[in-house]
Amino acid sequence: MSISTKQEAFAAVPDAEGRFGEYGGKFVSETLMSALAELEQLYRELSSDPGFQRELDADLTHYVGRPSPLYEATRWSDTIGGARIFLKREDLNHTGAHKVNNTIGQALLAKHMGKKRVIAETGAGQHGVATATIAARLGLQCQVFMGEEDIHRQALNVYRMKLLGAEVISVTSGSRTLKDAMNEAMRDWVTNVDDTFYIIGTVAGPHPYPLLVRDFQCVIGREARAQSLAQAGRLPDALVACVGGGSNAIGLFHPFLGDEAVAMYGVEAGGHGLSTSEHAAPLNAGTPGVLHGNRTYLMQDSDGQIMHTHSISAGLDYPGVGPEHAWLKDVGRVKYVVANDDEALRAFHTLTRIEGIMPALESSHALAYAEKLAAKMSPQQMIVVNLSGRGDKDIHTVAQLDGIEF
Amino acid sequence: MSRIAGHFRKLAEERRTALIPYVVAGDPGQAYTVPLMHRLVENGADILELGVPFSDPMAEGPVIQLAHERALANGTSLSAALAMVREFRATDTTTPVLLMGYANPVMRMGYAAFADAAAAAGLDALLTVDIPPEEVEGINSELQRVAMDNIFLVAPTTPEERIARIAGRASGFIYYVSLKGVTGAGHLDTAEVANRVDAIRRHSPLPVAVGFGIKDAASARAVAQAADGVVVGSALVHAMAETIENGGEPTAAIEAAAALLGDIRKGIDSAR
Repeated sequence: MSISTKQEAFAAVPDAEGRFGEYGGKFVSETLMSALAELEQLYRELSSDPGFQRELDADLTHYVGRPSPLYEATRWSDTIGGARIFLKREDLNHTGAHKVNNTIGQALLAKHMGKKRVIAETGAGQHGVATATIAARLGLQCQVFMGEEDIHRQALNVYRMKLLGAEVISVTSGSRTLKDAMNEAMRDWVTNVDDTFYIIGTVAGPHPYPLLVRDFQCVIGREARAQSLAQAGRLPDALVACVGGGSNAIGLFHPFLGDEAVAMYGVEAGGHGLSTSEHAAPLNAGTPGVLHGNRTYLMQDSDGQIMHTHSISAGLDYPGVGPEHAWLKDVGRVKYVVANDDEALRAFHTLTRIEGIMPALESSHALAYAEKLAAKMSPQQMIVVNLSGRGDKDIHTVAQLDGIEF
Repeated sequence: MSRIAGHFRKLAEERRTALIPYVVAGDPGQAYTVPLMHRLVENGADILELGVPFSDPMAEGPVIQLAHERALANGTSLSAALAMVREFRATDTTTPVLLMGYANPVMRMGYAAFADAAAAAGLDALLTVDIPPEEVEGINSELQRVAMDNIFLVAPTTPEERIARIAGRASGFIYYVSLKGVTGAGHLDTAEVANRVDAIRRHSPLPVAVGFGIKDAASARAVAQAADGVVVGSALVHAMAETIENGGEPTAAIEAAAALLGDIRKGIDSAR
């Protein structure tokens, strides 16, 4: 496929059917089709409504604390001895990750639709916490679906959600992780579609979710672009972000897609390595298929069954990926690479010790790749890494790997 | 087209409501599915609906989810399900069989390869829960090539103009999902079902079968008064699972499902 490099060409997807090339779409049961059509229409109206944008911007400024800083990690850059590395500090957002940019947007949509109840799926618990937070603030009833395995791995976030007034529902079907939580959230939505808004946490799911989550997360890239120009007097040479479902990555990348000279790297979870079956890297090692309402690259076997995945970070432990990433891979605009568990863990420790910033294990995958990339570049060049979340939630996991019990 | 249209015509002449049991291919074991299919026909099934197990069955309630998990654990694949249809056809050439499943296994096999294999096996129709009319073009042309029906769902949330659109693409019969929810849920409103079936009939001459939430002779009888066909799934799957949990052999599980279907058959027939 030949594509124009103009920003408008990238803004032209998805099409009216929600397709990014051959990816995306609306692969859901008939019961949900009307709810999706209603959401699509409301979003079309509100996204061009200045009043809605003001409401959203006010929350992003005064509640989330935006804009998030673009911080130059000089000591880390010097240690590597290559390109200058800047960190987009989404870890400083209220609730500690980029997830809240999206939950605020969707919760406002729920409010405009008159829905009294919101549901969400969560893996690491960050999206669940961000949803429970905005539900508390808007007075909405909130239920969060979470795999039984993840509930054990992320006990702190489970308790945070409960403190915020949300009910956490343990999902015991399938592999008992994020994908199964999403199945269960869809089952709840199909049952309670009249009064419930499903706040999806990433750029996956059926149309219009990949579109609206992208739009809500694009604040990251818009800010980073303006901050790069203001602070460095130029655009970055490269952007790096981790990709599970891919919402923080698309949020950073999308406003730069038309900037031909800006290279982009999406970093998938390499787990124990691509040569093993223990990873979560569908763009690197998967094949196209349909899961959770959209067509995209999946970790699947030869019979079309979805495979179990592995990553040290629960937030990347997902067998699919947002359909726009599938398309960006095929058209060659973004390069998708991997960082393994051990590389991510090393980057976690490095950034903590050298910059005094404790990154989430998800974001540590992006840092690990950025370190390798920077080393091959010159000090005149510049990289922006999306530091999508903070690492407090992962202290337990890291401590366990170090053999420490609390 | 497939056996389905003719079969419904025959049933209409006999003033008989079609009874359509749903079981999952490979549950409780791959060797038991074909014997189960025959026993269901002997106990009053008019059309058989065979579920293709999938790792992420988003439309299913807990009973059928577990059946999918059991079938996957013993290695039941889409190809294995088609092999069961072929084996069934060796001794039953008249009862229509439809596969119900999810998009991904069919897509993975390839629409054209699936259509060829399914036609060779003697399958009559396919119902994919997560391929709505918006996404159906690719597979519909392949199914039409081998004269196989594509069964569409209409839901309680489907507006009338959309029913018309679905009717334009459907063949065989139209499957009305009787409630907002997953399979096996328990809040069936039979008066509302009758209204919605009437709405479908305004847009399509095809027979209308109703499924989701029908669990016994009484609920089947109530639905049969409005519909051309009644689908029963979770209740049968549960009857089999319960038998095995209580230490019964798979053959006893088959008999439990067959007996329950027989009761439901009597319930439906008493409605006419």
